[in-house]
Amino acid sequence: MSAVFSLKNLKTKSRYDFESLLARNGIDLPPLGVETLQVNITKLCNQACRHCHVDASPSRTEKMSPEGIAKCLEILERHPRITKLDITGGAPELHPEFDRFVERAVALGKHVIVRHNLTVQLDGHPQTQEPKEYLPQFFAKNRVEVVSSLPYYQQFFTDSQRGAGVFAKSIEAMRRLNGEGYGVEGSGLVLNLVYNPVGPYLPAPQASLEADYKRELKAKFGLVFNGLFTITNMPINRFKLHLDKSGQYGAYMEKLLAAFNPAAAAGVMCRNLISVGYDGRVYDCDFNQMLEMDAVDRAGKALSIFDFDFDRVLARPIQFDDHCLGCTAGAGSSCGGATA
Amino acid sequence: MSSYYESEDLKKFGSIGEHGKKLADDFFKYYGNVTGADGALTRREKALIALAVSHSEKCPYCIDAYTTACLEAGANPEQMMEAVHVAAVMKAGITLVHSVQMQNHLGKLVL
Repeated sequence: MSAVFSLKNLKTKSRYDFESLLARNGIDLPPLGVETLQVNITKLCNQACRHCHVDASPSRTEKMSPEGIAKCLEILERHPRITKLDITGGAPELHPEFDRFVERAVALGKHVIVRHNLTVQLDGHPQTQEPKEYLPQFFAKNRVEVVSSLPYYQQFFTDSQRGAGVFAKSIEAMRRLNGEGYGVEGSGLVLNLVYNPVGPYLPAPQASLEADYKRELKAKFGLVFNGLFTITNMPINRFKLHLDKSGQYGAYMEKLLAAFNPAAAAGVMCRNLISVGYDGRVYDCDFNQMLEMDAVDRAGKALSIFDFDFDRVLARPIQFDDHCLGCTAGAGSSCGGATA
Repeated sequence: MSSYYESEDLKKFGSIGEHGKKLADDFFKYYGNVTGADGALTRREKALIALAVSHSEKCPYCIDAYTTACLEAGANPEQMMEAVHVAAVMKAGITLVHSVQMQNHLGKLVL
């Protein structure tokens, strides 16, 4: 045991060490609650976006077992303080249990959010070719909140990040969602869009960009939506590989460090949610999940949905690393957009 | 021979205060006040103006900095290219409008 501690102590702290930065600013970030259970049910996706922190693609096979889905539903049922289920992937609609998972969670009275990439409606399942055109009606019937990535209101940035032809398909998919009432005032059906910078720079202010999106999408395509979430690219996985290969990693980290905002730090999403991997392991966020940084309890034991204890989860020390600078730069970043 | 312009040197901009701190501080404060926030012009409009000036003044540091600044202010490549065209036509117009001087002088010289 002492050898483990001495090895840990020997680990050199990087210039971008997040915990040191918090300490220098007198900031402590304990969990505040667990309002949202964010579950990544599959890494399979019909797309392979250049910035994807999940490294999702049509060739991935990881998916949550039926037992895992059942366990998540049991946790939701047992814990009324967890009011939201946020289903993500990959393209979560490609999971064979997706529909049942949504319907059961809705029946439990939970607010269900689906991270829907839009194009899966038209592309269908990349391995079985099973069509997914029913999704707008399915979402509307279950009144789920739809959150969809659209890196810009023009083709150039969108196709650069998400692949050739994605913009045109996304516009058609939005049209179908609007047709079901999504984003339409008074319908109560919420369609939020997500903006990611298409490179190593920070997002523009969320409110001004949202106004641009609304004006341009309405004028050029007759489309409507509710809100825009600006999300900073995390320097991990596929995006980090791009930064390394293009020699921009250091400059990007310096940018994030220089833009550190204590107000954004206070609002980081890991204080109010937990992230669940396809194998049932629990993480502080989806980014930690992709880095396999398990959430641990006070005794250092990794947390899992299969021995879930709400109080143990709430008392955990959140795990931080260099990439957390992405959530605290500028106006902040979370799965719900800017935080400051 | 090394290049006169190294992108890494942009980080050293702050060092202009080494031999004149007061004036450098005054400049950076003024710079921040003008470019750092929305005023009568938005930050995006100011970034696009700065991008155009960066081209007309042929400053590689400024072109890099304001390409990023434009993106971080929500501008798109069409707007950025159009800003450069504004700089270009100003340069062309400034050249061409001087031909009036040429014509005036021509009028004096020619019998």
